[in-house]
Amino acid sequence: MRTAERSQVAEPGDDAGADAHRRRRARPRDDRRAAWLFLIPALAGFVIFYGYPTVRGIWYSLTDYNLLSAPAFVGGDNYARLVRDPQFWHSLAVTVYYVVVNIGSQLLLGLLLAALMHRLTRSVALRAMLLLPWLVPNVTVGLIWIWLLDADLGFVNHLLKALDLGTVGFFVSPEWAMPTIGMVNTWAYTGYTALLLYAGMLQIPPHLYESAALDGAGELRMFRSVTLPMLRPVLALVLVVSLIGSFQIFDTVAVAARGGGASSAIRVIYYFIYQHAFQYFHMGYASAAALLLALVLGVLTVVQMRLLRASRSDLA
Amino acid sequence: MNTTKRAGLALLSLALAGALTACGSGGGQAQDAAAGGKVTIDYWLWDDNQLASYQACAAAFHAANPNITVKITQTAWAQYWQSLTTQLAAGQAPDVWTDHGSYYPQFVGSGQILDIQPFVDRDKVDLTQYQEGLADLWVKDGKRFGLPKDWDTMALVYNGTMLAEQKIKPEEMANLTWNPTDGGTLQQVIAKLTVDENGRDGLDPAFDKNRVKVYGFLPEWADGSQGQNGWGDLAVANGWTYLDKNPWGTRYRYDDPKLAQTIDWYRRLIDKGYAPKFDKQSTLGRDAVLNAGKGAMTFAGSWTINSYLGPDAKQKFALAPMPLGPAGVRKTAINGLSDAIFAGTPHQEEAWKWVKFLGSAGCQDLVAGNAVVFPAIKAAGDKAAAAHQAKGRDVRAYLDPTKTAGGTFLLPITDHGNEVSQIVQDAIQSIVLGQVGTAEGLKKANDQVNALFT
Repeated sequence: MRTAERSQVAEPGDDAGADAHRRRRARPRDDRRAAWLFLIPALAGFVIFYGYPTVRGIWYSLTDYNLLSAPAFVGGDNYARLVRDPQFWHSLAVTVYYVVVNIGSQLLLGLLLAALMHRLTRSVALRAMLLLPWLVPNVTVGLIWIWLLDADLGFVNHLLKALDLGTVGFFVSPEWAMPTIGMVNTWAYTGYTALLLYAGMLQIPPHLYESAALDGAGELRMFRSVTLPMLRPVLALVLVVSLIGSFQIFDTVAVAARGGGASSAIRVIYYFIYQHAFQYFHMGYASAAALLLALVLGVLTVVQMRLLRASRSDLA
Repeated sequence: MNTTKRAGLALLSLALAGALTACGSGGGQAQDAAAGGKVTIDYWLWDDNQLASYQACAAAFHAANPNITVKITQTAWAQYWQSLTTQLAAGQAPDVWTDHGSYYPQFVGSGQILDIQPFVDRDKVDLTQYQEGLADLWVKDGKRFGLPKDWDTMALVYNGTMLAEQKIKPEEMANLTWNPTDGGTLQQVIAKLTVDENGRDGLDPAFDKNRVKVYGFLPEWADGSQGQNGWGDLAVANGWTYLDKNPWGTRYRYDDPKLAQTIDWYRRLIDKGYAPKFDKQSTLGRDAVLNAGKGAMTFAGSWTINSYLGPDAKQKFALAPMPLGPAGVRKTAINGLSDAIFAGTPHQEEAWKWVKFLGSAGCQDLVAGNAVVFPAIKAAGDKAAAAHQAKGRDVRAYLDPTKTAGGTFLLPITDHGNEVSQIVQDAIQSIVLGQVGTAEGLKKANDQVNALFT
């Protein structure tokens, strides 16, 4: 999960099914006018910082644009070249690999921690501690782990060597590099995920647990039959948000690359886009790649929402 | 909500957007020459080690030209080119910026850099005062896009304490030989400096290559398409040339067996345990490994003098020249920077004055005195060496090749430099990892690289 989800706040959906009689009350229009007034700052921000760049991005993706000369319209050329570019698919594959490792470990660990917090202790200090790694800036996280896990000078390999286990080039070996980055980000974000899930668990009515206990269910059974089904909408939200965030992994890779250009084992899709945009100055090509990525994420999100029936809760 | 309101909202947001962008523009060059003829020149550089030198130059320049103030902005290398390009795109470019061979073709191609040849002719700038070949790097189709400011070369940096422990005399280091077959005396020294956990060196038959404590040599594999920190220099000493012509060649020669032989020699070094395996190497940089005493020797550029010979070095390091190649000559890459004038600057004349001063002894002697880099003017290069000597640092290994005919070679300057860099670096990394054969990997990369030019 990356910065994306930090700015995402669940917004209550529009209550489209408002009662008919409310529409015939004395001051509906004023309310609405006031509502729009309050929305203007947010809307303006959205239009300026999201809407306008998106439209421009779409336009650039149809052009040959190197930032320095005027964009030249080339139609679908960038897209045609992208789907034929093995590097693009390679970086997408690397990203998917990372997402699977990262989301898998993060959700499992997060669920476990949240369940432990929910059923065993309500200690605020513990919750704060879980959040600590998430409060460390991403680049710092990357640097800390690069030092800890370095093949030659890192503390972890120093231990491995002392135990006669042989050293591992966590960030350089093609087999280890991506899982390592996945685990580093799991370390950084699990606390946050756990906290979201924990908040979801607090919504579950205690009497469900009581009746389950009366029926003779143990903790594991309760987790399976009460917690998980009741948690589904929150779980879905967390999954969607962390998936989008994970796909956008960049900073840890950029730090691990240490200015030398990331090795191909860790060249994720965002790094690919970044390189084309700001190192090769293929702005049009990079925009096309970014749009394709947005499309992929959009489809994935819709599919997940559908599969998980995320908009409906069993707690109604 | 009805359409008029919607239109109103849209207008409002547009107005807001307009207001925001309006704030953003015209900040850089708000002053105009009319105000008492005072002009501010914006100057960009990336190296924080050299900021002080150029601030001194700017002060001296302002003293001589009270109407022109130079405002220096330092941006770290990692963001420098992105910032510069986006500033150019936004019409906020600095008047003058420090330029680099890998990036400048891009700017030349899109007409962002002023051709200074007319100014050079008019003011009769002496181009022979510069280190050989450096001035020609910045010429394309008869147009000149910069004056040389400095240069860097390569040398061997080694741990003097470890050398003494292995009973190797520093004099021996001055005349090392290298060839791609048995590695020459360079490989002998590397083997001797490699020590396993039982204290046996690499020449001992009982040497355990799986338990190496100190590696005799540290290669650099994140070295782009030029291999400036090692494989490039050795391959050139082996008789290789990068491409058909330089600058502005269009056919690279990465498929040449002379390069493959060089890379294979490196692979053998790793197989013998004298150098770290690619997938077990440190990612913290060779200097960190050398400082930690886990490596004995590497090739280092003259820009690292202060980190190896300065007060922060944790080991006693010394320098030796590059080894003599199979043909009996040493080869080191020489690379230089220049200063570029933005084609759209409203102050061409003032910017040229500043660039001319940067390229003159007036500024380069100041730079030399700070003993960070070697200035491009030959005489100033000697002054820099003397300044290092005064600090007790012997840097002749960097300076001597520039005084030897054929001792240096220029790194390639072509279009698509950054893409070539990534393609070749990827190929060499997968070769060293053993994922692909040397000749095959290089051939494939070469085809990809040359396809960029078709």
